[in-house]
Order: sequence, then structure tokens, then C-alpha cells
Amino acid sequence: MSGFRLETGGRVDRSQPVTFRFDGKAYQGFSGDTLASALLANGVMLFGRSFKYHRPRGLVAAGSEEPNALISVDRGPGRFTPNLRATGVEIHDGLKAFSQNRWPSLSMDFGAINDRLGMFFPAGFYNKTFMWPRSFWDRVYEPAIRKMAGLGDAPTAEDPDIYASTYAHCDLLIIGAGPAGIDAALGAMDTNKRIVLIDEQDELGGGALADPALWPWLERSVKALADAPNVTILTRTTAFGYYHDNFIGAVQRLTDHLPDVTHGSREKLWRIRAGEVVLAQGAIERPLVFDGNDTPGVMLSSAARVFANRYGVAVGKSVTLMASHDSGWHDVFTLAKAGIGIAAIIDVRESVDSALMREAERLGITFYLHHGVVGVNGRHGVTSVDICNYDDQRVHRVETDALLMAGGWTPSVHLWSHSKGSLKWRDDLGAYVPDVPNENVHCVGGCSGDWDFGKGTVIDVLPTPKDQSRIKAFVDYQNDVTAKDIKLAVREGFRSIEHIKRYTTNGMATDQGKTSNLNGLQIASSALNKPVPDIGLTSFRPPYTPQTFGALAGHAKGALFQPTRTTNIDSWAQAHGAVFELVAQWRRARYFPKAGEDMHAAVNRECVAVRSSVGIFDASTLGKIEVVGPDAAEFLNRMYTNPWKALEPGRCRYGLLLKEDGFITDDGVSARLAPDRFHLTTTTGGAARVLNMMEDYLQTEWPDLDVWLTSTTEQYAVIALQGPNARKLLEPLVEGIDLSAEAFPHMAIREGMICGIKTRLFRVSFTGELGFEINVPTAYGRFVWEQLMAHGAQYDITPYGTEAMHVLRAEKGFIIVGQDTDGTVTPFDAGLDWAVGKKKPDFVGKRSMARPDIVASGRKQLVGLLTDDPNVVLEEGAQIVADPKQPIPMTMIGHVTSSYWSETLGRSIAMALVAGGHDMVGDTLYIPMPGKTHTAKVSGTVFYDPEGARLHV
Amino acid sequence: MILIHCPYCDEKRPEIEFANAGQAHIARPLDPSGQNDAEWEDYLFIRANPRGRHHERWRHIHGCGRFFNAVRDTVTDKFETTYKAGEPRR
Ligand SMILES: [Zn+2]
Repeated sequence: MSGFRLETGGRVDRSQPVTFRFDGKAYQGFSGDTLASALLANGVMLFGRSFKYHRPRGLVAAGSEEPNALISVDRGPGRFTPNLRATGVEIHDGLKAFSQNRWPSLSMDFGAINDRLGMFFPAGFYNKTFMWPRSFWDRVYEPAIRKMAGLGDAPTAEDPDIYASTYAHCDLLIIGAGPAGIDAALGAMDTNKRIVLIDEQDELGGGALADPALWPWLERSVKALADAPNVTILTRTTAFGYYHDNFIGAVQRLTDHLPDVTHGSREKLWRIRAGEVVLAQGAIERPLVFDGNDTPGVMLSSAARVFANRYGVAVGKSVTLMASHDSGWHDVFTLAKAGIGIAAIIDVRESVDSALMREAERLGITFYLHHGVVGVNGRHGVTSVDICNYDDQRVHRVETDALLMAGGWTPSVHLWSHSKGSLKWRDDLGAYVPDVPNENVHCVGGCSGDWDFGKGTVIDVLPTPKDQSRIKAFVDYQNDVTAKDIKLAVREGFRSIEHIKRYTTNGMATDQGKTSNLNGLQIASSALNKPVPDIGLTSFRPPYTPQTFGALAGHAKGALFQPTRTTNIDSWAQAHGAVFELVAQWRRARYFPKAGEDMHAAVNRECVAVRSSVGIFDASTLGKIEVVGPDAAEFLNRMYTNPWKALEPGRCRYGLLLKEDGFITDDGVSARLAPDRFHLTTTTGGAARVLNMMEDYLQTEWPDLDVWLTSTTEQYAVIALQGPNARKLLEPLVEGIDLSAEAFPHMAIREGMICGIKTRLFRVSFTGELGFEINVPTAYGRFVWEQLMAHGAQYDITPYGTEAMHVLRAEKGFIIVGQDTDGTVTPFDAGLDWAVGKKKPDFVGKRSMARPDIVASGRKQLVGLLTDDPNVVLEEGAQIVADPKQPIPMTMIGHVTSSYWSETLGRSIAMALVAGGHDMVGDTLYIPMPGKTHTAKVSGTVFYDPEGARLHV
Repeated sequence: MILIHCPYCDEKRPEIEFANAGQAHIARPLDPSGQNDAEWEDYLFIRANPRGRHHERWRHIHGCGRFFNAVRDTVTDKFETTYKAGEPRR
């Protein structure tokens, strides 16, 4: 034996040495080693410091249940992963791993002072201590807790890796490829079922990997499955969550085990829908609870077997077993046969199977029945253990360098519980096993409680003659919860295991209590003097083991976080220096700055151009719905507040849409193309919502109406041409439409051609100027836009963005639904009662306009605000008060909804929702802001051309 | 992720294709203006919040687009049945 590597045995490839670093120091292992096995082979026992007391900690387990050996791996800039279990990190050349939660070094850690002060950190310590004074919460307590607590460091740089994701469908999904899972796959292999077999480890086998006698069977089985065309094998894949209707989330780790970090996707998220699921997750060995059970070198008995048989590593040179279960004896026999020295077997039971005793005698192993470990000596590694004879309470010392725990087994029911399958308690196993399924799923092997590890007894805490209040017997290693903490919680009145869990934090660490839940439950059960099933069981929730955010996010980050919708004209705006904003996933040009212009200057110039000559605006994002059918007019008449039946083909109407509660939800100008055909427009953000609402009424309230609704938002590019020169510019480009004021009045629509392209030409205006909105098939948007730009040069045509559009519409008092309304504004509140058909017997929202709250006085109403200082532009959202001298908190009577500098008017303008505002015109109101209280006079909302003279030309 | 049976497509599809649309079997009164305030309040605002069987509306919004009714258990989140709009309550 060189160091702790056994001369023979294991599945590691001894011809392939691997060099890696841990805390900066170089070590050698073999291909096939995990970080845990390779460090152990080098005699490393100390892997980390504990969460609360900073106690030195070593390996407890060999698999993903490992609570202690959390390490960080640095794969280069942006590729830093904290809190990985050393037992699951495959080593490769160049691997750089680090221990966590220690300063300045792992062997010398200042935080360990917490351990000496341990008596001051009982259960609920944080809750009890950091309560008072309140002013200390943010500045003193939280930073102190943050510094002390926590596991690995969060990465700080952006993750450069790519994460893939995929969907998969199968008839049979088998989770866990130990003997039970492999048998299930072999049994179904010859059917025509599509089978997926997944396992978190780098090779199939599970527990069989630690049992060389099974290797020939394993090799044959894996080959048969790999050759079967209907079987998909996913290794290094963790099924982390089991969701409704047999939907399983799994993450496959693709590159972390390779030296080359840049090769393809790092991980792949699998979303698997399975007809039937077989859970073969196995069982996890249970630690025993006794003083010093967290000393490095104290570990699960089954882990020692895995390290010896799978990796060829001895966990010690003279090993002791503390057992309450037969399985530990078998493990130790295996270790002895592998040439590892055995100091003693200690069993808490008064008698065990005589075959076990005979085998121990044959192997020359000393054993002590009805004994228990009551003390572990050594701080950074076991040097000896004190064992107590429970018959006479005498204690004697056993020299040993590793102590194994065999406390029985806990079936891994995590995914079963995710699927909402029920559990039943089995006294003989001292464990919960699956009972009634909630999905098409069943459990096989260890996770169903079906194992051949022998018998055992369940014990909460090993008896000890020591003072119980002075021992540190850990239940939850990762959260530093002791048996004493759980008993204290019960003494303080906690009864439900859910409350005990939260108070003590038992089972709340990143391992979700894989090794601690059942021991915690047993201790609570004894303390409460109630059987375990009466105390309940805490819920397991996804993820089974921690997963990266990268895998869950997949490609949905950066520019792909959500779709960006662009118009056909967007590329032109991009090429011409537009500054963009996102509106309901659309990327819209906000303004077009010329050299040296800021937003303010650009918007002023764009506004003046529209008022004095002609501006051009990409309005393609407007929602559009084609309403067709013999009952189209009747339908719109019922949906909108205003009358539609008398609207003549070729004419447009402003439509106001309420919800049934009487509040404004959308508006837009719509046109009647034919008796049975309307072209509706909605707000940019409201398109989908309005279509959904209309479909709802049409399908479920008025299915008798013969109407079809089609979303046409993406079918048309829309170019708004606004300004006194708009008609002159259009005239030579349009065919088949008489643009004269008499033939084509304001609020009309004509169909014809523009620049050779078929168009629906609206004469409408959201600026108060003579204006047209040119609808052409989307693909021709940029072409027509460029034609207009070229022909418009003679009028100094000016592209304008959404910011100028906002100013221009506000000068005219046109509202924006969602900005000047907030879901509680009625047509009357908004000053839009002219748009409500008084004679209509019914429309959506009509009845609600007579609701008591809506006819009550004092409602917030939309008004104009003109600041006394014309240069002050109020902040949108600013609160308004009637009396600035009142004490704080002041009574706020409203808020500013829209506010702009109007270059046309040479002053600021604003709109506001103010309680009783319609009766306040001329009154002075106050807008308190930091450092200054502004004054403003209430006005009407139309600031420019109130007669509409500029429209009707 | 739940699978929901669309009674129009007659297929089970993933829930991301669907949108919930509130409690089912609340018909808009034929003559809203004839409703007194209490009746109108009842129609507009008052909804059941059962523990167990719940009748609700869903829309196959990213599929056929149709609204339909469903009985879902609010405890188990399991769909008992789905049926077309206009069919009697189940
Ligand atoms: Zn459908």
C-alpha cells in the first residue's frame, strides 16, 4: 500500500495518472478517481470547515449525499463553481479545486472560535439574538451573519459557458442505474418501448460498482443495454425534479470532467415526459449520532466499501466500525479481505446473527457487542475512540485512524415525494417507504425498502455516560445541527417536525437532509415521546441535488432572454442612428439624434418638424385585428363603448374598450372597409389582450354571432406621415385614391396603391396635424419608407420616434391607455364620455358605469397641469397635494401621468389624475419634490389647437 | 408540467399551451341594465374558492384558441375532466 491507495483493486485506470490541485497543492490520482477518492488516497482527511462552528470536517459519504466535503472548482474566468461535492467531482489533468469556509487556511481557521463558543449558539440562536435593537438589523447583524455564515463564494464574473436544453419523450424512464434499475431496463429491453435510463454517476452500476463480484454481470448488462436501439443511456445526469404527469427535469453534465472547458455545451437540461417511471434511486446509509461523530475520519461504513472496492483506496490503516446494522459487518469483512487493518467492530446490539460473529472470528476481528462509541479523539483526524460497555458503563480506548458508522438505511424517496406519492412508516426498517403512487410510477430496489443488507436496530442517539449537555453529537453535518438542538426545540414547545426543522435548520442545507432527516425525526420522536409517524415528515422538494442556474436558464439569457420583435423598418432606424426602447417586446425607435444632439434637442427638432412640415413615424407595432363576418358591426357595437352599426364603409372611428367593471382597458382607431369587414387597431401593448378578450366574448357569451377575428399585427407595416405637407408628399406616390380634403376627409380609409404597393391608407392623426397612416404588406415597409424619405427630402421630411410621438399627442390631450389610465379610470374620469354611446342598450362595461363607486364624487379625474414656472417639467409619477403646509404624511390627491417639454408651446405641459379634478380647473395644486415644492394650475387636457383646425385641411 | 386535454383538439397537450380564464359557468346576464347593484356585484366580483373540485375555464391559447371548461382539483392539481363551452356543468 502506497499512502492509502491499495495495491490492487478498484475501477480506476492505474495506467493513467492524473495531476490536479487542491488548495494550490499538486496531487496525483488516477483516471476514474473522484476528487474525494484521489485526496483520500493521498492521505487527505480534512476537506472543509463546517457552516456554523467552522469545525474541521472530512468525508462522510462516497456519493451525492455527501454533506461535508463541499469544494469549489475554478475552470478559468467566469467558470467558478462553488459548493460541489468532492465525491461527485471527477478529476482530470489541470483540475483546480479549493476548500471553502475557512480563513486563512483549511488547517488553521479563525472562524473556529465559533466552535469554542458553541454553547452560545443553540437552536434558534439567530432568531433569539438578532432581534433587538431594530436599527441593528441592516447595518450590524446582517453583515455579521453574512460574513460568518454561508458556504462557498458566489461567482462574480459572467458565465461564458453554453447550456443546452432538450425535450425527450419515452414510454419508460428509469431513474437510477444500480442493479435494480439495470434489471428493470433489461426486463423491458425486448419490448418495443422507448426506454431512457439515467444515472448521476459517470458509469452505470450504482452499488454494483463497489461489489467486484457483480462486475462481470454489470459488463454484460451495460453492453446489452448500450446495444439495444430502444434504450437511451444518460450518465452524469441527475434527475433533479419530478413534476406533474410524469414530467421529469434532469441535468446532464457534459464537460466538467474534461480538461478542455470550451468544448461544446457545459450542461444539458432534459425535460422528459415519460409514460411510466421506475424509480431505482437506492438507499442512503444513516450515520449514528454520538459525541465527536463529525471528526474527520468518521464516515459511513458503505462509503469505506466504495472507496476500497471502486477506487482502490483505504480510508484508514486501522479501521473501526460502529454499527447498529448488519450491513456494516459485511462492509468491514470486505475491507479486511482487501488488506485493510481492522481495529474493532462495535455494535450497539446485545446480540447479532451468529454467522456474522463466526466470520469476524475467522478474519481475526475483535468485536464488542452492546457497546457504543462515546468519544472520538483527534481534531483533524481520528486517533482513537472511547467505547463504553453498556452492561457496566466502563469506558476503554481503541486506537484507530478511521471510524465507520453503520446506522441502517434510508430509502431515497425524494423523487417519489416530488411526485406526491404517499409514504408509509416501516418500524422494522425505521424508515419511510413508498406507499400509494400519485403518477404512473413505481419504485424498485433500495428506494422501495427492498434490500438484502441484513437486519438492524434503529437508535436515535448512542447512549453515553457523559453529560448530555456537554457533548457535540451531530445530526445535520452541513448545517451544524446537534441532537441537543433538536431536544431544545422540543423543550421550547415545538411539536411539528416542520417547525422543528425550521427552528433548528435540520435538513435545510443544500443536501436537504439526505443523511440527517431520519435521525432528526427519531430524536424528536423520543423527545416528544410519540411514534415517528405521528410527528410527520418534512417535504422533499426539487432539486434532488443543487443544479447550476446556467442549466436551468439554458439559452434564455442576454439577447435571448426574451424575444425582441422588430418591424420591417427597424433595420433602417438602426442604420440611421436611432436610439431604441422596448415596448411590449417590440424594439421601437425612441428618437433619431443628429450629431451633437441629446434626447431633448432631438425630440424638440422632431416635434417642430411635424408641426411645421412633415414627419415620418414607424407605427407598425400598433395592434391590428381583422374583424370579418355578417355580424361584425353588431359584435363591435357590443364590445366598444361607441356606436358602430351606422359607421359607413370607408370611414374610421375612435373606439374605447372597457372591461366589464367599467374601466378603460384599450383604445384605438378602427376602420370599416366593407359592411362585413373592419380593420381594428389596438395599443401596441394591448394587442394580444384585446384579441383574447374579444375571443372570450365571441366564443362564450355570443357564440351565435357570425364573426371571425384574426390578428393581423404582423401582416402590415404602418408608416405614419404627419404634418401640413403630408398630403403634398403623398399625392404623386399614390394611385387610385383621391387625396383631396373633400374626397378623403379626416377619419377615413381608402384602398389603393402607393409606390406600386397595395395599401390601406388611413387618414388619421395622433399628432393633431394633417396625417395619414400607410398600411402596406410588412415586407414592403422599408421600401415604401425609403421612397417617402427620398420624395420627402424637398419638405425636409423628418423621422421621429416614440418620444416625439408622446409629446405631440400630449399637446393634443390624447391619452395613452396604461400611462394616463391605470385600470381604475372610467371614460368619464378620462374626459372621454363623448366616446360613450348614450343610446346603446348595452356594451361591455356599460352596467358598471352606474356602480355606486363609479358614480360617487371625488374620483380621480384626468386634467391638464400647467406649472407656474413654465420651465419646470414635472416628474411623471410625482404626487400632488392640495395644501403643501399640512404635516407629513400629507394627503395625496393625485399624481402626474404625463409630463413633457413642449417646444411648440415654449413651455412644459402635463396631465394628471386628480381627485375631483374636473371641478378644479384654474385652481393651484402643489407637487412636493425633494428640495422644492412646485406649483401648477389645473387646466383642460388639450394644450394645442383645441378647435382642431389643423386636422381638417 | 401538467398535461391538459383540449376537448376541441381532443388531445392532451402541455400546460404552457393553455391559459386559465377564471371560474366557469358564470354567464353574463342577458340584460345587464336590469340587474340591481347586488346582482351585478355578484356577477362581476364574487367567485368561489373551493378546496377540491373547481369548475374553471381554460383557453387553448397557443393551440386551437378555443375556450373550454374543466374540473380541476385545487388540492391535487389534477384535471378530472374537460368539456366544450356551452355543455352542461359536470
Ligand atoms: Zn385545442
